[in-house]
Amino acid sequence: MSDITKQSLSELVENIKSKKLSSSEVTKAFVERSEKSKELNAYITEDYTNALNKAKKFDEKPNLDLKLPGIPMAVKDLFCTRDLRTTAGSKILNNFVPTYESTVTQNIWNEGAILMGKLNCDEFAMGSSNETSFFGNVQNPIDKNLVPGGSSGGSSSAVAAQLTPITIGTDTGGSIRQPASFTGTVGLKPTYGSCSRYGIVAFASSLDQAGPMAQNVKDCALLQEVISTYDEKDSTSIDFKRNEYSKELTKDIKGKKIGIPKEYRVDGMPKEIEDLWKKGIEYSKDCGAEIIDISLPHTNYALPTYYIVAPAEASSNLARYDGVKYGFRAEGENLIDMYEKTRSEGFGAEVQRRIMIGTYVLSSGYYDAYYLKAQKVRKLIKNDFDDAYKKVDAILTPSTPSSAFKIGEKTNDPVSMYLNDIFTVPVNLAGLPGISIPAGHDAKGYPLGLQIIGKAFDEQNILNIAYAMEEKINFKNNITDWWIK
Amino acid sequence: MSKNKSEYLINRHDNQYEVVIGLEVHAQVTSQSKLFSTSATKFGAEPNTQVSLVDAAFPGMLPVINEYCVKQAIKTGIGLKAKINKRSVFDRKNYFYADLPQGYQISQFKDPIVGEGKVILDMPDGQKEVGIERLHLEQDAGKSIHDLDPKNTFVDLNRSGVALMEIVSKPDLRSPDEVNAYIKKLRSIMRYLGTCDGNMQEGSLRADVNVSVRKKGSKEFGTRCEIKNVNSIKFMQMAIEYEANRQVDLIEDGQMIDQETRLFDTKKNETRSMRSKEDAHDYRYFPDPDLLPLEVSDDFIENLKSEIPELPDEKKKRFIEKFKLSPYEANILVSDIETSNYFENVIKKSDVKLATNWIIGELFAALNEKNLEITESPISAGNLSKLINLIKDGTISGKIAKTVFEQMMEGDKDPQKIVEEKGLKQESDPKALEALIDKVIDDNRDKATEYKSGKVKLFGFFVGQVMKVSGGKANPQLVNEILKKKL
Repeated sequence: MSDITKQSLSELVENIKSKKLSSSEVTKAFVERSEKSKELNAYITEDYTNALNKAKKFDEKPNLDLKLPGIPMAVKDLFCTRDLRTTAGSKILNNFVPTYESTVTQNIWNEGAILMGKLNCDEFAMGSSNETSFFGNVQNPIDKNLVPGGSSGGSSSAVAAQLTPITIGTDTGGSIRQPASFTGTVGLKPTYGSCSRYGIVAFASSLDQAGPMAQNVKDCALLQEVISTYDEKDSTSIDFKRNEYSKELTKDIKGKKIGIPKEYRVDGMPKEIEDLWKKGIEYSKDCGAEIIDISLPHTNYALPTYYIVAPAEASSNLARYDGVKYGFRAEGENLIDMYEKTRSEGFGAEVQRRIMIGTYVLSSGYYDAYYLKAQKVRKLIKNDFDDAYKKVDAILTPSTPSSAFKIGEKTNDPVSMYLNDIFTVPVNLAGLPGISIPAGHDAKGYPLGLQIIGKAFDEQNILNIAYAMEEKINFKNNITDWWIK
Repeated sequence: MSKNKSEYLINRHDNQYEVVIGLEVHAQVTSQSKLFSTSATKFGAEPNTQVSLVDAAFPGMLPVINEYCVKQAIKTGIGLKAKINKRSVFDRKNYFYADLPQGYQISQFKDPIVGEGKVILDMPDGQKEVGIERLHLEQDAGKSIHDLDPKNTFVDLNRSGVALMEIVSKPDLRSPDEVNAYIKKLRSIMRYLGTCDGNMQEGSLRADVNVSVRKKGSKEFGTRCEIKNVNSIKFMQMAIEYEANRQVDLIEDGQMIDQETRLFDTKKNETRSMRSKEDAHDYRYFPDPDLLPLEVSDDFIENLKSEIPELPDEKKKRFIEKFKLSPYEANILVSDIETSNYFENVIKKSDVKLATNWIIGELFAALNEKNLEITESPISAGNLSKLINLIKDGTISGKIAKTVFEQMMEGDKDPQKIVEEKGLKQESDPKALEALIDKVIDDNRDKATEYKSGKVKLFGFFVGQVMKVSGGKANPQLVNEILKKKL
């Protein structure tokens, strides 16, 4: 089989289980393609030799009952991996090697998967284009000098370019769904509390959630089933009955009520996004779903609310990177001097900007006007969804207000960059699950995604809707391998 | 206002000043592991040997609340007759320091686990109630060691993350003596509960002391200064005295008092400014998003209530009512749980009155002399009980008992055996005593004649002689009776 890397995760699992392929063959194929794809800069840290050794070991005594038997996989460099450098895309953790494993990655290895390396991302997951990474820009395989989205930009690029059959990202305000949309792939942000945050470098604790990124909905469901576990080590992990999402996946969504929120029709939304949304509505009708107009009245406030809550938590979460215990340290005359030099040199501009915003909104005299008010609005946004879910089973929106943009295009305009998250942040603020599926192309031929938002813990339902629509949409990514010489 | 003898006032010229004191006590929760991690909390371990990835704030590490520490805090709240809050919230107190690995301390700011309560103090002129404002749970920081190297600071994270209860009093204290009584009472309650060992040398109990002064009779509070982290009662008292006088001097001099944080220099016996209100940290408190609000049910609290032992105030009441002790005696015996346990063990099988006197008198004096705690007493409760019974049934006199007691202090010896081995048994045989007395009268004929002619004071001389000849073993009561007849 020459086109191993073109296979979906589900196909690879089937071929390994039926012994048509060995883990070594599969791993070698993805390693070779990854090595030929350095120009994408998707990896921060490669671990190919170990991966090949692990694959060999797996083949010697294969356990084919596992869900991911001998499947190689690269993961976002925000997940701590034992004995393998974990940088969070930052200079401040440039040489940090954890002695521990995140719960989510441990779940993946427990099901037989093999780590190939760590994927690029925006520094501390703060960004929408992967341009804030200390380790450089990532190329979108769709076109040269196109951003892959962010913060899980290395992950989206690697899945779209088939450097890894599947991957995981993290999503604080859209960091899985927006890059999935930009690269023509599928990305699921699970319900807050579904996947353990233990061992994931924290950005904004009340919003962060790990999730799968895949080439199709079925693969996404399978990985979600593996990574979602209740974990006592994360106090916000929720003990609820988790489905075997891939097994229970169905295209029968007849009679499902899908809400269309009028507030997502934002000013200046490109016509192609509007058209895509209309197309999405038609597809869901074709699948037998019922379309219902709904209102989420506080949508307008979601972005400003997010840009208070997330930086506030980040400013505190990132205080531990102080040069004292681990990571980068710049020598100073005294403690304060050392702090200042370490954090000025160790953090990039966007991270510093958010630390400043966060520190400001939590300061005495400003706390009530910003942080406290934002928390109140957050509650209202959640109430909007609760009200909507009295009438509908899921909500359909575009994933992003535009297709992928050029590298450097928005670097000097942070607000325009933040606007990228306009459709995704309300979902994080409300703690709900959301999935982005590729649904079409714009005039330039760049992919566009649709987002399906579900009720809390109702991942199965949005996976089913996505699965049904995926068939109708029949999306094909136009990837030319332009970066391979 | 009636003038009572223990009123503590500072006099300057024609003015009298009252001192207003409030305490923030930091009490280390007695528990095997830390507030949010499973690391051990044992005192005195090698530096950085009781540190988990959570305590050292490694990337991606998350706090998980230790249920035992929550129970300990609630029990303490019950002991302080305080309101237990069924919902409390952990907040982050943000500041940078080398021994604070997270860059924030997890504490409780707006919604503490325990609300208002009270502590009753027994002062020489009566009882005094001190209000408790709140009790909250928080993490301790690590320890910075500055004096091991001229250029570097060493950091020991063993304490990092250890559970503390911050107990905040209302500004109800008015003198160094009341502060002494308050700290001791608080410590006693927590030791009864087993929630804090109260060991000030090991830092298990420290306090921030808020001091202000005002002219006697004034209703307004003066500007207060906070003296940080004082770790002994004596230093607290010294710091208060210095600080109150400093403030009075400023007022008398027509100057303003700056609200500020001060440090007590134990060597120079003075407080020094640490930072002014303007320089105060902005801690940017906000609810810790890694932890959900802490919610406890009524059942949970009720179960803990059923585990609460009899506390000093109730015990004192019982001792007075049941054993007819004086309030003074009861206070001493309930001051710590070990003493009260010892007392109750002694009186299981012996006379209460004698036991009280012997414990408060002889035993405390002897222990004090040897610098021993009651738990280290060479004389077990059982053996003291035996000694008291030997006195009570007339086997030995009180005087002989003191000799026996001294021997018992040398090791836990059975008083019965000491009496037998040394032949210290009291002589209560009338015939034997008569023979002795006859001989004494015979040897002192002249004095006997004098006595008979009216010099009754000489009776004591004869008693003394008889006791001397008997080697102190003669039963004094019988000696008296027989002597009276014979003379």
